[in-house]
Amino acid sequence: MVSLEEIKARAEQAVSGAQLEIISNPGPANQSSLLLDHDHALAVARFLRDDPTLRLDFCSNATGVDWLDRTVKKKVKVKKLIEGEEKEVEETQEEFFPGYLEAIYHLYSMAQKHGPVVVRLRTPDRAQDARLPSLTPVWRSAEFQEREIYDLYGIHFEGHPDLRRILMWDEFIDFPMRKDYREPDDYEYEPTPHDDILEKAKQHYPPRPPLDGAEQITA
Amino acid sequence: MNTTGFRELEQAPPRMSSLFDGELLEISMGPQHPSTHGVFRMNVALDGEVVRKLKPVFGYLHRNHEKIGENTSYLGSMPYTDRLDYFCSMTNNWAYALSVEKLAGIEVPERAEYLRVILAELTRLVNHTSLLGFLLSDMGAWGTPLMYAFREREKVLDLFEALSGSRMMCDYMRFGGCRCDLPPGWMERARRIVDGFPRFLDEFEKLITSNEILIARTQEVGKLSAELAISAGITGPGLRASGVNYDVRKVDGYGIYPRFKFRVPLGEQGDVYDRLMMRVLELRESLGILHQAMDALPEGPIQNPKVKIRAFKPPVGEAYGRIEGPKGELGFYLISDGTGSPYRYRVRPPSFINLTILEDMCLGHTVADVMVILGSIDIVLGEVDR
Repeated sequence: MVSLEEIKARAEQAVSGAQLEIISNPGPANQSSLLLDHDHALAVARFLRDDPTLRLDFCSNATGVDWLDRTVKKKVKVKKLIEGEEKEVEETQEEFFPGYLEAIYHLYSMAQKHGPVVVRLRTPDRAQDARLPSLTPVWRSAEFQEREIYDLYGIHFEGHPDLRRILMWDEFIDFPMRKDYREPDDYEYEPTPHDDILEKAKQHYPPRPPLDGAEQITA
Repeated sequence: MNTTGFRELEQAPPRMSSLFDGELLEISMGPQHPSTHGVFRMNVALDGEVVRKLKPVFGYLHRNHEKIGENTSYLGSMPYTDRLDYFCSMTNNWAYALSVEKLAGIEVPERAEYLRVILAELTRLVNHTSLLGFLLSDMGAWGTPLMYAFREREKVLDLFEALSGSRMMCDYMRFGGCRCDLPPGWMERARRIVDGFPRFLDEFEKLITSNEILIARTQEVGKLSAELAISAGITGPGLRASGVNYDVRKVDGYGIYPRFKFRVPLGEQGDVYDRLMMRVLELRESLGILHQAMDALPEGPIQNPKVKIRAFKPPVGEAYGRIEGPKGELGFYLISDGTGSPYRYRVRPPSFINLTILEDMCLGHTVADVMVILGSIDIVLGEVDR
């Protein structure tokens, strides 16, 4: 199995203009990954599949990850003039990292029996219609898995032959695997609302019309 | 529309034909169909009796297993993995434990590794025997073969109950080992069952292999080419029936599988018959592995004492671990952010991905064949829908 650096260099040579980046994985599993750019993702994927020494013909796993916006607080020493004297003061600075959605593919080779090579695609932001190129034309096994990513994360895969919801029903509107997903405040499925749920239900539904006296009839 | 009356009629006499000629009839098979092995639906467009289009519809059992996994502790997901593929809880446990062990770099003691192999192969016996029974039942052999298969399955489930307290939801493995050691007398019982298994297999094989109806129903039905199987990510017996030699036990050599001698059976045609026979042959290989593992089972601890399985916090990182489950490659992908619950918890379900080519395999066959083809893929809806 060739190293990831070598794969990156060869892919960049084979696909002109491709910009790849190695994302290192700090854990003991040591599975670093390759970040593809959108414009050349399909060409690089074809190269990975067809290259005679790599032959990554088997896309085992395709999945999405939602990374939220995050601010990292850092303590930095800054020199400042305090009462005419220059002093070193500790200050906390906040650095903002915008969130993004990610699609991850785990590639193996059935011909050469090696792997995995992990490939990533990232959206620029977490918008409702975040777009990524589909890799289904290269690996058929991504067909249902990309549909699942679309269903649960809301990434639209361009070039996918049949992008529909797969696990949730078609009328469902939100994307439940996103980290900021909130369950709809909808208690119509609670047959006998009580306590907190009754209070919430009251805010959401108009009061029921009074019954026509039938409730007063007792046995 | 013919509005002019007789003249055109004289020129072109009407054919004896149906109103629906040339049109496809769309029907919905399932989700309560007895042969769909659960709540699974297929939208089928039929030309007479021949399938021209088929779209699988599922998700009826969806409970967002992955979201629940992300909201609970690492250990909390372990019993829940039992419910993925409820026929093979032991292999589900192992796949999850293996991925977590990869994520945190945990060593597993020798005895636990042997126990895992024994239990995984017993699970393969359970899965493959019940599949053979179900598949024959789909073909119309109602009752008898299924009961024969379930009789054997029941014996193994009794073993699981004696070990873990539960027949199907075993929740047996832990990160860095197993939950409990074998109860006294378990190994003798297991040996008796494994020794008696070939008798059932011989009988069952005689029952099915030369059966004319079975051959007519399965040979040349639902053919899958090796190229499509590889591209579509088909794994397990379905892939090997198409002649692709790929078994994760051999390729990755996870656990202690490299120590055992076993062969990987391969098919030629990639039809339903090959997929069926693949299970029979794999059962025999599993019995071989079981004999070797039972003979070599060492004494010793069954749990790595350094692992705090309760307040488990793996280091930041990610890992993808996979095993050869009875239905195919079962993988878990985990991202840790250093806290007590995974940031991302993903199951790579073999039956879900094996369904990708259901339409390709069914096109041109009759409705009755669809059930047999679906049965030969071997799906469990708890895993497909998650």
